[in-house]
Amino acid sequence: MPSSITSDIVKPPAPPRGGGFGGGGGGGSEGWGASRRASMTGLMVLLAATTMAFAAFTSAFVVRRGISNDWVATPLPRIVWANTAVLLVSSLLLELARRSLKSGRRTAFNRYWTAATLLGALFLLGQAVAWRELYAAGIFVATNPSSSFFYLLTAAHGLHILGGLTALVYVDVQALRLRLGPGKRTAVDVSAMFWHFVDGLWLFLMALFLVWG
Amino acid sequence: MSEPLAHAHHPPQGFIRKYVFSLDHKVIGIQYYFLALFSVLVGMSLSLLMRYHMVHPDAKVAWFAKLWPTAAQGGIMTPELYLSLMTMHGTIMVFFVLTTAPQSGFGNYFLPIQIGAEDMAFPVLNMLSFWTTFVALVVMVAAFFVQGGPPLSGWTGYPPLSAIGPLAGPGEGLGQTLWIVSIAIFCGASLMGAINFIATLIDLRCQGMSLMRLPLTCWTWFVTAILGLLGFAVLLAAGVLLILDRSAGTSFFVPGGLLVSDQILNHKGGSPLLWQHLFWFFGHPEVYIAILPGMGVTSQILSTFARKAVFGYRAMVYAILSIGFLGFMVWGHHMFMSGMSPYSAMAFSVLTMAIGVPSAIKTFNWIGTLWGGKIHFTTAMMFALGFVSLFVTGGLSGIFLGQPALDLYFHDTYFVVGHFHMIMGVAAIFGMFAGTFYWFPKMYGRMMNETLGKIHFYVTFVGVYCIFTPMHYLGIAGNPRRYSDFTNFDFLGKLLPVHNFMTQAAYGTAAIQILFFINLFWSMKYGKKAPMNPWNATTLEWTIPSPPPFDNFGGQHPVVNHGPYEYSVPGAARDFIMQTDPVDVAHVE
Amino acid sequence: MLLAPIIWVLTVVVMYFFAAKVWWFPPPINQHGLAYDAQFMRTLVITGVIFFFAQFALGWAIFRFRDDGRRASSSHGSNKWETIWTTATAVLFVGIVLTGTKIWVAVHLSDPDPNAIPIELMAKQFAFAFRYPGPDGKFGETDLAQVNDAAGNPFGLVDKDPAGKDDIVSASLKVPVGKPIKLIMHSRDVIHNFFVRELRLKQDIVPGMEIPLYFQADTPGTYEIPCSELCGLGHFQMRSTMQVMAEADFEKWKQEQAANK
Repeated sequence: MPSSITSDIVKPPAPPRGGGFGGGGGGGSEGWGASRRASMTGLMVLLAATTMAFAAFTSAFVVRRGISNDWVATPLPRIVWANTAVLLVSSLLLELARRSLKSGRRTAFNRYWTAATLLGALFLLGQAVAWRELYAAGIFVATNPSSSFFYLLTAAHGLHILGGLTALVYVDVQALRLRLGPGKRTAVDVSAMFWHFVDGLWLFLMALFLVWG
Repeated sequence: MSEPLAHAHHPPQGFIRKYVFSLDHKVIGIQYYFLALFSVLVGMSLSLLMRYHMVHPDAKVAWFAKLWPTAAQGGIMTPELYLSLMTMHGTIMVFFVLTTAPQSGFGNYFLPIQIGAEDMAFPVLNMLSFWTTFVALVVMVAAFFVQGGPPLSGWTGYPPLSAIGPLAGPGEGLGQTLWIVSIAIFCGASLMGAINFIATLIDLRCQGMSLMRLPLTCWTWFVTAILGLLGFAVLLAAGVLLILDRSAGTSFFVPGGLLVSDQILNHKGGSPLLWQHLFWFFGHPEVYIAILPGMGVTSQILSTFARKAVFGYRAMVYAILSIGFLGFMVWGHHMFMSGMSPYSAMAFSVLTMAIGVPSAIKTFNWIGTLWGGKIHFTTAMMFALGFVSLFVTGGLSGIFLGQPALDLYFHDTYFVVGHFHMIMGVAAIFGMFAGTFYWFPKMYGRMMNETLGKIHFYVTFVGVYCIFTPMHYLGIAGNPRRYSDFTNFDFLGKLLPVHNFMTQAAYGTAAIQILFFINLFWSMKYGKKAPMNPWNATTLEWTIPSPPPFDNFGGQHPVVNHGPYEYSVPGAARDFIMQTDPVDVAHVE
Repeated sequence: MLLAPIIWVLTVVVMYFFAAKVWWFPPPINQHGLAYDAQFMRTLVITGVIFFFAQFALGWAIFRFRDDGRRASSSHGSNKWETIWTTATAVLFVGIVLTGTKIWVAVHLSDPDPNAIPIELMAKQFAFAFRYPGPDGKFGETDLAQVNDAAGNPFGLVDKDPAGKDDIVSASLKVPVGKPIKLIMHSRDVIHNFFVRELRLKQDIVPGMEIPLYFQADTPGTYEIPCSELCGLGHFQMRSTMQVMAEADFEKWKQEQAANK
């Protein structure tokens, strides 16, 4: 079966055969062990990089806030609270989906996963609305450093949501077309874990905005 | 539905799949290598133009005017053109040569093989990472062709100079923006590469390949990938902030109260130092990214051709790990004179001296590897030996620069330029030459020409000492860096003979590189056929055919029973034991 | 083989040019400069010894252990030697930075001299400008909008502030010999750097920051000031001079400037 470019990114490569355990001291059963582990490692690496990028933004935020007196706290548009709730629920739904898949309840998995994906898209829409509100209130990117960071951080986060959403949609399409076999279990887990991370990142950003403005 | 094992076990078909969008880590490694080769030609040409201008600032050169009608009117290179060439020289060399060939080039090719895997963990991601790097290079080169030309703010791009647009100087318009965009794309490509390297090394090692049996090359590729992962993420963030300052009117880095070209700017409240912190937090690990793989290759080659185990393998591993770890804690030594807190300077200074310790350990261990050995002087070995000498010279000047007290004079002088060129511009390049001569037989199934190789080595070795050692003397005399010419200061006029000498040495050394290119390309077609293991070396790449089949080990999975440098083991039949040789009672590892 | 003597010759040649001081620092003109040069020599001696022995040992290993039919040693290393050279390196490296700490503290972390003569520096693309407070001892107010280089007002002195009327603006830095100076540095566009070789002092001038540099010059003479942080296409031409003169001459100069207003 020809492998498409996108499917290969989430699908782990063929695992090494023969010779038992796949590498000095590793556990993992023959076959799926090594490739699932590699995907998990790859995810951790990606999360480390994302963390560093946002750590850089955060330190710039803290420094910039402290060095000047032109910082005017950006008023959080009310919809942002709703967006946060939407994101949290979507993570919850992903977990319910994963649990369903573990006990073989495919239909339940499809429902939960699709719902979570839709909520993810709703979050992005909600963020766009939040931007519109700020724009209408005359708060733009360059208005003051606080607003600069607000737009920047929500945009950077939004980009990561978009990436995660792409993965969620891929899994959803595979599931709905009844192509979600055991080989794609890793794709499900990796996508869900990435989504939870981006969710947690959002909570961190919310705390940053609320406490430090 | 079962998982198709198909794609890893069918050889790729068709020209595009085999050579263009290949998923084979070996092809991708070669693609990266040639991208770096092209880039080094560009970077070297830029440096020759720079050296020419420094000693002939008023010369009229007809083809300058043809290439740069505005920036070289009448054929005379303007200072802004000089600075643009300098900026692009540094940028292209650091990113597209030093970060690319040793890691993405050789690492991509040989990491999977040396750990007994049939490819990287994520072949499609690997292919994407190369082509993303390619796009980044295209965008960077595009800066030469836009109005205003390339930026003139140096590879370090300090704001406000880099942030306030064309008011600050030619090239600061679209050229600077393209530069930032290119680097942002490069950051993404690096991240993709890091994911592959780390996952592959952690999860795809074959049976018996424990961490402490990894060749030192693998350790360096691993730590380098981690450095890149964490460092490039920060650079990306910094680049985004800089683009916003340039085009969205934000003030992350630009303070208020600026009057440029008779215009009062709108920015206020930003901090130029914030850029420096973010940039150097990336920038310092970057220089270890540039040198670590070369250290790994040197260890590998010294051991092979001295027929002797690496002296203190464990210490070498700890040294690599310490260099990686400490590498994140010393960035402030680039900022001693920046206006940052003098207390921070002291802290960074102590850590900087500390990082000199593992570097010294590695040097002593290299000499220790040779000591009592049985040295065969192949070209690969010559370059590895040259690496050690150059690393000593380049590293020791760091002892001066790591002290803020001495940096009060040396900051931004040629002493700094000499230091980093010795280490990056020479030692790291020697690592690449060494790797080329060592691994060429495996990659192409043919031997390179040793005579050409040795002539190239000797002339280059003496040549680089002639080019870069005098820079230290210039630094002591106080010669500032990034000056397009030296005609405005009395004390600089006296130093012109040194600059002339360096320029002549540069011409000669650049010219001799032709031998390398001839050797490389001629040998690919006409070199003597190479056996599987021409060097009688021990690591896994020497157990497979030259060149290797598409899946490296022909569907088999190697089992490793020995450490990576079992040379001259008493009681063994030959003077080397390959890692996959059966367990031997003469030596237990 | 051939590489060994080449390394040795290069080593000797490199060291010669350091030892013979062929291209060297200009003589220092202050106490700090003397301390600086001493620290430099300490560092040079230590690195010189390491340089010599490392290159010599490398060359010796190349020469002595070339393949001549013997078998190579089977040694994998030596914990004893590792410990020795690790400890020695750590002690030396950290030691050398500690001996230089006094110098750094003296320049940047000591109590400022309250009697230091205040002089303002304004750096811009591509010139330095200096300002003295004049007889009233006060610097006048400045405003960016009032800057007029052509009319000799690089600081943007504000007309209506009387304190600024007697301010002396100069393109070069003039200081009395042997007196503490406080150079208050500003930039009005990009990062520049103030450097006087003979003082062994250098400092980035950062827009948005006011950075004081305290120093004293003890030898009369004229010394060049090259900008030492890339500031644009005119960086290589951004030059001024520091003239160190007898106190009487300095006072005379100030009076002449005041009279010319």
